[in-house]
Amino acid sequence: MTEAVTTPPAPPAPVVDGENARRRGWGWLLLIPGMLWLAIFFLFPTVQLFFTSLYDPSGSFERGYAMTWHVANYADAIIDTSNLFVRSFMYAAITTFVCLLLAYPLAYAIAFKSGRWKNVMLVLVIAPFFTSFLLRTLSWRAILSDQGPVTSFLQTIAILPDDGRLLATPVAVIAGLVYNFLPFMTLPLYASLDKVDYRLIEAAGDLYSSPFTGFRTVTFPLSLPGVVSGTLLTFIPASGDYINAELLGTPKQYMIGNRIQAAFLTERNYPWPRACRSS
Amino acid sequence: MTESTTPGTSRAAGKDLRLEGVTKRFGDFVAVDDLTLTVPQGSFFALLGPSGCGKTTTLRMVAGLEEPTTGRVLIGAEDITNLRPYKRPVNTVFQSYALFPHLTIFDNVAFGPRRRGVKDYQQKTRDMLKLVQLEPYATRKPAQLSGGQQQRVALGRALINEPGVLLLDEPLGALDLKLRRQMQIELKRIQTEIGITFVHVTHDQEEAMTMADTIAVMNAGVIEQMGAPGDLYENPETTFVANFLGQSNLIMVDVGDTSGRAVVVDCHGQKVGVESTRSHTSAGKGWLGVRPEKIFASPAGLENHNGSNVLTGGRISDVSFVGVSTQYLVRMPWGQELMVFEQNTGQRAAFKNGDEVDLAWSRAHAFLLDADQDAQAGMMTPEADT
Ligand SMILES: Nc1ncnc2c1ncn2[C@@H]1O[C@H](COP(=O)(O)OP(=O)(O)O)[C@@H](O)[C@H]1O
Ligand SMILES: [Mg+2]
Repeated sequence: MTEAVTTPPAPPAPVVDGENARRRGWGWLLLIPGMLWLAIFFLFPTVQLFFTSLYDPSGSFERGYAMTWHVANYADAIIDTSNLFVRSFMYAAITTFVCLLLAYPLAYAIAFKSGRWKNVMLVLVIAPFFTSFLLRTLSWRAILSDQGPVTSFLQTIAILPDDGRLLATPVAVIAGLVYNFLPFMTLPLYASLDKVDYRLIEAAGDLYSSPFTGFRTVTFPLSLPGVVSGTLLTFIPASGDYINAELLGTPKQYMIGNRIQAAFLTERNYPWPRACRSS
Repeated sequence: MTESTTPGTSRAAGKDLRLEGVTKRFGDFVAVDDLTLTVPQGSFFALLGPSGCGKTTTLRMVAGLEEPTTGRVLIGAEDITNLRPYKRPVNTVFQSYALFPHLTIFDNVAFGPRRRGVKDYQQKTRDMLKLVQLEPYATRKPAQLSGGQQQRVALGRALINEPGVLLLDEPLGALDLKLRRQMQIELKRIQTEIGITFVHVTHDQEEAMTMADTIAVMNAGVIEQMGAPGDLYENPETTFVANFLGQSNLIMVDVGDTSGRAVVVDCHGQKVGVESTRSHTSAGKGWLGVRPEKIFASPAGLENHNGSNVLTGGRISDVSFVGVSTQYLVRMPWGQELMVFEQNTGQRAAFKNGDEVDLAWSRAHAFLLDADQDAQAGMMTPEADT
């Protein structure tokens, strides 16, 4: 039992120096295609976006813009839209949280309890994506409408006052966001729960953990990578979304995405929204 | 919360582990068939059998990870058959170790005591790390340890709970031979030191024999034979045990007079005797068993074997020198080849191919088994030793 205290010496490097260097020399070539792709489609637009955000805002789409290093665009953007920023952040945060609460049990059930139905259930999670985002959000309009079943039901059980409504409220916008982004939370959660070795959960049970304690001390910590990536994949697109606020809310529920979309497509004000995006 | 549930009441002394008529079916397949056995408290008990014979399933039923289809599991007088795993005074060293990859070695070992709300768990954990010689590694993660070290973490993580029964599922299976031998001695030392009941599952007969007080040989869901290693080896009751523990020559014989202290059998025309305590069949045909190292070969007709059993007319057909011993194959007049192992004491010259020999062994060294069994049962196949 000396093996515990003496760490074995590291084995000598099997490759001679020259060969090592040659390997390193070739390896980075594999990066080239990906790097080129990023340079053309990410780096270049980002730089361009940045310069556009500094154009003179008095220009117009027809007359063109002058580059005046107009840093004040950023100040305008922030002052103009600070409430939109805060609201987007709030809506996206609530959406992410609700998605997490709904998706975790779902992903857990698919990973551990679905047996041979696992693949079917995974397909069902993602299947709504066959229909366009716009159409699915429009159908939520019908579901949440004033005469719709959900509203009438909530009125009947007196959760909602008789003249209360769901459509055109923050609840509707967040409900739409949750619905639309749920798969983005479910799939990463599933991927990391599925990797959790069931024998570890059994070991926790063997070591005096009740099922809940075992979940808290073993399963949940091991699924954290999924929680993090699911949160990012939900929060970021949800905070930039404008379809849900547009279709299920009113201008009072508009998010930053709505403002950018309006500035771009309706007002044709280019420097302003780009400052929004960059900031 | 169940965190503080201490299985305190069931941790007192005088607690033998008992399985009573335990059966486990998976669909139509019977993995464990009507198993009844008692493991005395404080003993080192080995469950030995080939891969797939139901050893792990048996352990899992004791641990509470699998529910018996029928039968009862008891510790002392307490029936634990329906107790949830976390309420049983039993801990397991899993075949795969099942160390928590996100916790340090210290936290892995401290896991059990913390769940049970043990106050001085930090000191206990340090003591346990010392016992399994892992103190310098307390802050590492399991992935940063070698196989042997991980094995000791798994052992310490289970032992620290001072369970009534410690279950070990092929704990040394993943280690290389040298480390395995070291750990066998180490495990045995720890068990003697702390006096906890060990139920050690293995498919390695040598491991079972060197470590255990009692071995239960398991085959296809049932226990073939149970006893002290020496008794099992010297006096097997089935061909499976005779072949699975070491090697045996099995010769088809006619059972003759069974009235005396020795049973006389007719071995292809030559009469030999078997002590009646070592005879496990009554009449008709039988398998006469002799261990190869119990047979003494001598040049034909040269020596007088007073009081021993002798078979004459053998001819050496193969010689292999393996250092400590020489292993011969001897072709008998009825065509069968018998194994004979002889120590290389240097007292006399080795035989050569074609030499004519007589084979002799003491009556106390043969055994007689029921002829209905397969003479090949339990033979080591290469894939069984993985
Ligand atoms: N959950 C299960 N479902 C179906 N069959 C199983 C299950 N667990 C074990 N078995 C079967 O039971 C038999 C005994 O398995 P096991 O106890 O793991 O054997 P051992 O540990 O002795 O190698 C094997 O044939 C195995 O295929
Ligand atoms: Mg097994």
